[in-house]
Order: sequence, then C-alpha cells, then structure tokens
Amino acid sequence: MGLTLTWLSVIILIPLAGLFLKTLELSPDQFWGILTSRRTLNALKISFGLAFAAACVNLVMGTIIVWALVRYRFPGRRLFDAVVDIPFALPTAVAGVALTALFAQKGLLGAPLAELGIKVAFTPIGIFVAMIFIGIPFVVRTVQPVLIDLDVEIEEAAASLGANRWHTVAKVILPSLIPALLTGFALAFARAVGEYGSVIFIAGNLPNVSEIAPLLIVIRLSEFRYADATAIAVVMLVASFLIIFTVNRLQRWAQTRIPVH
Amino acid sequence: MNQSQLALASVTRSDLRTEPKLVRAAIIAVAVIFLTVFVILPLVVVFAQAFSKGVGAYFSALSDPEALSAIRLTLYVAAISVSLNLVFGLVAAWAIAKFDFPGKTFLISLIDLPFSVSPVISGLIFVLLFGAQGYWGPWLQSHGIHVLFAVPGIALATTFVTFPFVARALIPLMQEQGTQEEEAAISLGASGLQTFFRVTLPNIKWGVLYGVLLCNARAMGEFGAVSVVSGHIRGETNTMPLLVEILYNEYQFVSSFAIASLLAMLALITLIAKAVLERHLDEDQRPRGD
Repeated sequence: MGLTLTWLSVIILIPLAGLFLKTLELSPDQFWGILTSRRTLNALKISFGLAFAAACVNLVMGTIIVWALVRYRFPGRRLFDAVVDIPFALPTAVAGVALTALFAQKGLLGAPLAELGIKVAFTPIGIFVAMIFIGIPFVVRTVQPVLIDLDVEIEEAAASLGANRWHTVAKVILPSLIPALLTGFALAFARAVGEYGSVIFIAGNLPNVSEIAPLLIVIRLSEFRYADATAIAVVMLVASFLIIFTVNRLQRWAQTRIPVH
Repeated sequence: MNQSQLALASVTRSDLRTEPKLVRAAIIAVAVIFLTVFVILPLVVVFAQAFSKGVGAYFSALSDPEALSAIRLTLYVAAISVSLNLVFGLVAAWAIAKFDFPGKTFLISLIDLPFSVSPVISGLIFVLLFGAQGYWGPWLQSHGIHVLFAVPGIALATTFVTFPFVARALIPLMQEQGTQEEEAAISLGASGLQTFFRVTLPNIKWGVLYGVLLCNARAMGEFGAVSVVSGHIRGETNTMPLLVEILYNEYQFVSSFAIASLLAMLALITLIAKAVLERHLDEDQRPRGD
C-alpha cells in the first residue's frame, strides 16, 4: 500500500503537480494572453477539430468493421481481425513515416490522389488521415465484445413480432451498442487530440494551417518559452481529464442500462 | 411438420437475423478496403522502403554505429522501465485487488492517467522538473547530475508513459481470483512472502507476461515523450524511434525505414505473442469461474 502510493507520487503526482505549479506562476492575464494568441488558438482548433472529425469517421467505419468481423464469415476474416490492433502496436514514429511515404505525391496512394487533384501529405488532410489511423482500434475493440455478447433471441423476438431487418438493426441492436460506441468515440478522440508521432511527419507543420497543439508545445520548449508550453499543456490536460471522466460515467451508465444475463 | 417445412422454417429463421446478400457484400467490402488502406498498406510501405535499395543497403544501414547505439539505448531504457513497472504493477494490483481502502477508484484513475495524456505533455512535465529553468534543475546542475538530455530522463519519461500496462493487466485477473487461496495458505501457516511466491504469482503468471509484453512494446516504441526529454544527442541519447525521425528528416530514407522495419517487426511479434497469451489467460480464468 505504502509502496504503491510512494511510487505513484514519485512517477505521476509530483511531475503533474509541477505542471500546475508552473501555471500558477503566470498571472491570469498572461495565461489568457498565451491561450488567445492567434497561433495557439489555431493549433488548438486544428488538434481538437480534426480529432473530432477523425473520431466521427472512426465511429462509422468502426461500426461497419465490427459488424463485418462479428456477424459475417469471409476469407481472411481472422487476419483482418488481427490487423485492427496494428495502430496500437506500431510505434507512432514508424506510423508517421509510413503514412507520409504512402500519401506523399509520389507515394503508392498519394500519386493517384494527386492526379485527382487531392493533396493529402503536408496538408490538414494528412493530419486527419493520421488521426483516423491511430483511432480506429479504439472503436472496434470497445464495440466488438458488446456485439458478440448481444443476445440473438432479442433480435429473433423483434423479427417474429414483425419488425423488418432495418427496424431490428436500428431500434433493437444499435441502441444497445450506444454506450460502447460513445466510449470508443471518446477514446479515439482523446488519443487523436494528444497524438504527436504519427501526425508530425505528414502534417507539413505550417503555423496556423497544419500545426497541431502538441507540436506547438515542443516548439515553445525549444524556444525556452516554458510558460507558453505549460499553458497549452494545462488546457490539453484538463480536456483529457474531462474525457476520461466522461468515459468512466459512460461505462457506469452502460452497466446499469444493459441487463446482465 | 414434414422435412421441407422444417427446412423452410430454419431458412426464414436465419434470414430474419441477417441482411440481404448485397448489403452483406457491401459491408464486408468497405471493412476490408478501409483496413487495407489505413492499416495494412502503411505496414507494407515500411518494408518496401527499407528494402528499396536491396538487402545489402538494408543491412549496412542497420550496422551503422549510430543505428547500433540507438538499438543499445532502446534495449537498455526498456529494460529499466519494464523492471520498475513490473515491481510497481505487482504491488499496485495486489493492493487494489486484494484489499479495500478509501480512495481506491481515485487510485485506479491515477494509474490510468498516462494513457490519456499527450506523450508530449508527459515529456514536458519532466522538463519542468529537471530542466535548467525547472524546479530541481539548478540544484542538479551544481551537483553535476544530468537527468534531462541524458539517459536518466529518457528512462523516467518512458517509465511514466508505460506505467499502467502491468497494473492494468493484473487488476481484473487478481480481482476475479479473489482472496480465498491466499487465505487458505496463510491459515495453513504460510508467511506473506511464501503466499505471494507460491500461491499468488503462479496464478497470475500469464497476466504478468501479458503486462510485460505490452509495457515493453510501448517502452521501445515511445516517441513523443522521449523526443522532448532526449535532446537528440547523436550516438548518445537517440533511441530507435528518434533515429527514425532524424534520418527521415535528412532524406536518408533507406536507413530510416530500416530502423522503422525493426520496430514494425517488434510490433508484429508483440501482436502474435499477445494472441498466444490471451489464449492462456482465457484458460486461467475459465476453471475458476466465480
């Protein structure tokens, strides 16, 4: 017990306290000034906005992938099930250089896209693509066990009572997946907001256009503007606290909502 | 009911539970294309780029002194972080699973925290503590101790980032197993340590391996946090992921992707080992039930 708390304080609590203490050295005006400067605001907008959009894509695509993996049998199903975990396991820097090579103008996918007039690498679309990559396992792995455990008898009951397939899916199956879907969405969103390694290679990193908030923290640190770095970090930290809190509430809601069988 | 009626009944029954053929095909196609484009192709690109100038160039890139020093540092840092977090994870999971105390939920949230913090922020907090303008930086500097831009800082940041893995793997396992076996051992006269090594540890060995596996994979691959505290001193404080970045920015693509391919192989081996361990974990949990 004592050892747990000591170790926890040494590795987690003291460093975090340091971050908040550093913020207290700033006057409220300074703090506000840093956060509302054009470059900071744009970086936060890019990180949060694109992470939200990517999490939305992951929500839809994740649901489709889970449905295919759980409900259907097709050749290579087990392989595709296994590759879902790759974004979890692949070091972010490796993912970053690989996605950039793939979507660069001469890349395997970048070249045909360029002919269509779509430039992915070194634009905000590149950030969006990297965030989709990093977030997809969160939705799939959160929803998959719930869909597997779903009682088929409920579906049969709905069908035998005259509901057609669309009604059964929309009114019976999807509602019971909602807590898991929202949890997966929140986890994917949180991860994408803070993501650094897989994004910075493909982003282009143009201030105000394709510069994410974590990169701005790194830039401020390298300029020894510790106060600026700290202020941005505190905002992001509070946001991730809120997201964890929401996820925990969602999971408690899911437990009380779905009858245990 | 005759045979054909029975067959008809079973057909309609399964039809009610699935979608029309066209919809099924479309859903499978979308899932397969999405996973191929976003997950499989990036992985293939790593190896294609690494071998784009032939096998000779690949191996000469890997035997470069800078590459070797990065590989050594990565192994060294991972060994430190994994062993620290193994000891902590065992103790924390033991405390959380086998005892009740106030603030337990809060403790669990704290353990999870490094998962949801941006890796850059994980690095930043150590800069604020140990940097030249940080809280302890000046004192450390006057005593000649280097933490930031040196190996201790890299090890600390990596330990922070990989903190939850072992504890997270063990808490549910130990909670499910309960305390009966330990109580039996103690009532039969075993000491605390004996109980831990002879009863608890054998019960959770697959869980421990599972936690160590994931912890190690992240420790070797960590980029953001390490990048902030390392200072990028060539041949000294560059881990493998940092060297991937540096070589890439210098347009040394074959060398960069050669190192990246080692990390990608680590990820693939980790995933395979994880699947094997998951099977063992399922077996461990089944006979125990509730």
